[in-house]
Amino acid sequence: MAAHVPIATGRSVTGIATGKLAVWWVLGSEIVIFGGILASYLMFRMKYPGWAEQAAVTNTYAGAVNTFVLLTSSLFAVLAHNAAENKDGKKAFLYLWLTIGGALTFLAIKTVEWSYEIMHGYTISSHPFWSFYYLAAGIHGLHVIAGAVIMAIVSFDALKGKNLHRVELIGIYWHFVDIVWIFLFPLLYIAK
Amino acid sequence: MGAAEHSHSGSNHGSHHGPKYYVKMWAVLLVLLIVSIIGPEFGIPLLTLITAFGIALVKAYMVAAYFMHLNTEKRYIHYMLYTMLLFMALFFAGVCVDVMRPKGENWENKAALSIIEADKVRMSSGVKEKEH
Repeated sequence: MAAHVPIATGRSVTGIATGKLAVWWVLGSEIVIFGGILASYLMFRMKYPGWAEQAAVTNTYAGAVNTFVLLTSSLFAVLAHNAAENKDGKKAFLYLWLTIGGALTFLAIKTVEWSYEIMHGYTISSHPFWSFYYLAAGIHGLHVIAGAVIMAIVSFDALKGKNLHRVELIGIYWHFVDIVWIFLFPLLYIAK
Repeated sequence: MGAAEHSHSGSNHGSHHGPKYYVKMWAVLLVLLIVSIIGPEFGIPLLTLITAFGIALVKAYMVAAYFMHLNTEKRYIHYMLYTMLLFMALFFAGVCVDVMRPKGENWENKAALSIIEADKVRMSSGVKEKEH
């Protein structure tokens, strides 16, 4: 069996499997990306009062419902991991698709919310606050889409009982996407 | 499948808790979410800071520790993540002196100043509209 497996797949200097280590390094780089955006937002927000005036327009309820949706999808992701650990590929498949359902719900709410804001003139170029708002929430939304697509691919393998360790890997990524939103929610929706 | 992946992608934590444990954690997260929404409604800045941002930190910690299992992950991962957070702090410290000041002794950021002026005009006209 070992002859068919690339050396990098089985080798582990750190004691952490290559796939999992790769996911953590991806998340490490994501911290710098999202951290930079959030840090920049904080600087402008603290210094310039005009930003608070613009932030008052965002819909707290839409943000709160989306936080609930992502927290719940994180629960499904960890339950999928739990099922994969118990070698229950079918249950992992089910939970992964419930997580994808959370991702789609999140995106649907975001679509309605953005449509409303754009129709009322709050576009990406109307004020620096909205530039940050669409940039931060947009990049986060792209991560949600990417996570949902990868989860769908992983789920079909899991259904066949193959590569069940990948359920944990996509779960770690998904929880990170949730954590980013946990910080975006108070910054963009609550502090007014 | 690689040798390390036999132990479930190299986890050093073996079998995790059961579904009930995760549901309990999720319920705590929801309670924290409700508090973070209600807190700022009182309009007290310190309370807003604690309930909105303090609770966000607690929620993020809970998701990382219990859902991502960072609490049982190898130290290597922790050091890597701390390093990235340090980079973020360095970035903040490096640019905040420029971003948070639109002008200095020998320079001025004209774009920032024009936005500040536009904000002032809009905010004062908004106040006047409310007064009428």
